[in-house]
Amino acid sequence: MKFTIMVNEGPYQHQSADSALQFARAVLAQGHEIFRIFFYHDGVNNGTRLSVPPADDRLIQKEWSELAKEHDLDLVICIAAAQRRGIMDEDEAKRQGLDANNIIEGFRISGLGQLIEGGIEADRTVVFGD
Amino acid sequence: MAMLHIVNKSPFEKVAFRSCLNHAKAGDSILMIEDATVGAIDGTSFSEKLKAALADKSVYVLGGDLAARGLSEDRMIDGIKAVDYAGFVDLTVENETTQSWL
Amino acid sequence: MATKKFMFVNRKAPYGTAYALESLEVVLISAAFEQDVSLAFIDDGVYQITKGQDTTGIGQKNFSNTYKALGDYEVNKLYVEKESLEERGLTQDDLMDLVWEDEDEDWTEKPSIIMVSRSEMADVMAEQEVTLSF
Repeated sequence: MKFTIMVNEGPYQHQSADSALQFARAVLAQGHEIFRIFFYHDGVNNGTRLSVPPADDRLIQKEWSELAKEHDLDLVICIAAAQRRGIMDEDEAKRQGLDANNIIEGFRISGLGQLIEGGIEADRTVVFGD
Repeated sequence: MAMLHIVNKSPFEKVAFRSCLNHAKAGDSILMIEDATVGAIDGTSFSEKLKAALADKSVYVLGGDLAARGLSEDRMIDGIKAVDYAGFVDLTVENETTQSWL
Repeated sequence: MATKKFMFVNRKAPYGTAYALESLEVVLISAAFEQDVSLAFIDDGVYQITKGQDTTGIGQKNFSNTYKALGDYEVNKLYVEKESLEERGLTQDDLMDLVWEDEDEDWTEKPSIIMVSRSEMADVMAEQEVTLSF
């Protein structure tokens, strides 16, 4: 079965990012397919590579990144939500005339249409948020 | 079409859980995750409301979230089933649609 | 691309958080994908479509006019729960007059707001294929 997962909260502030990550792992472990994971609202903060939690804490962004690499996942950050919150890839930072980018490997920035397409293409859409 | 209702708010703090119970239909399933898991406990100001839902709906709790809040499964209302993340995935497969009560 | 029944469930007041504003952005995109779109306003979500919103005192843009534009995007099924209004001391008169123009009936203006009871709202929710909550 094909899943689309929506993540609406950033890591650390709300458990939903952890829940979504564990759910995604369980979906894959059971042999299902993840069509797309879409990050919206503060969920876009799951895609920064500049988080430095204490050494004994989890690094959620890196866990997403590694999961994406291992399973060739499509992790999409909403561009409108990302621009508001300062999550930038190289092209977008350049386009906006900014001096830095911060997206972590395995994520890409795209439009909200990707969420709707995810809802259409997947057999199940599951939302995690606050 | 059966629906899986996913609730993540404590019924003692927010109205989301009550709202979920007010809209879920007979034959639907309700899964408590995150803070909502505290609602699974018997003998609370909320437990009668959840027991009423059990008459025609299946109710589940994500065991890891309950344990994280210092609550053991033997304190749960009779009829509520504990699942792990694999069970969570199965519930999304068994029900045609899902709705998260954020 | 296939057409699915999408429902956007709004349960939060506007401005206190970004959910209402960013939910609207998703609704507009879903219309561009020509999906069968419905909106549900329950609990504090009913405050999103009250009339007379004035944000001059809070430094945020008033986006309530965007709801009035939804009809132009063929988003014309806005289900509002009567009990949610009543619990908050509101009636339909407190809500914006949201309409759409029916192309098949010589662009006659029709109401977009559909008042439903709690149990009718449950029925509408049960018919959906993709439910996104904000």
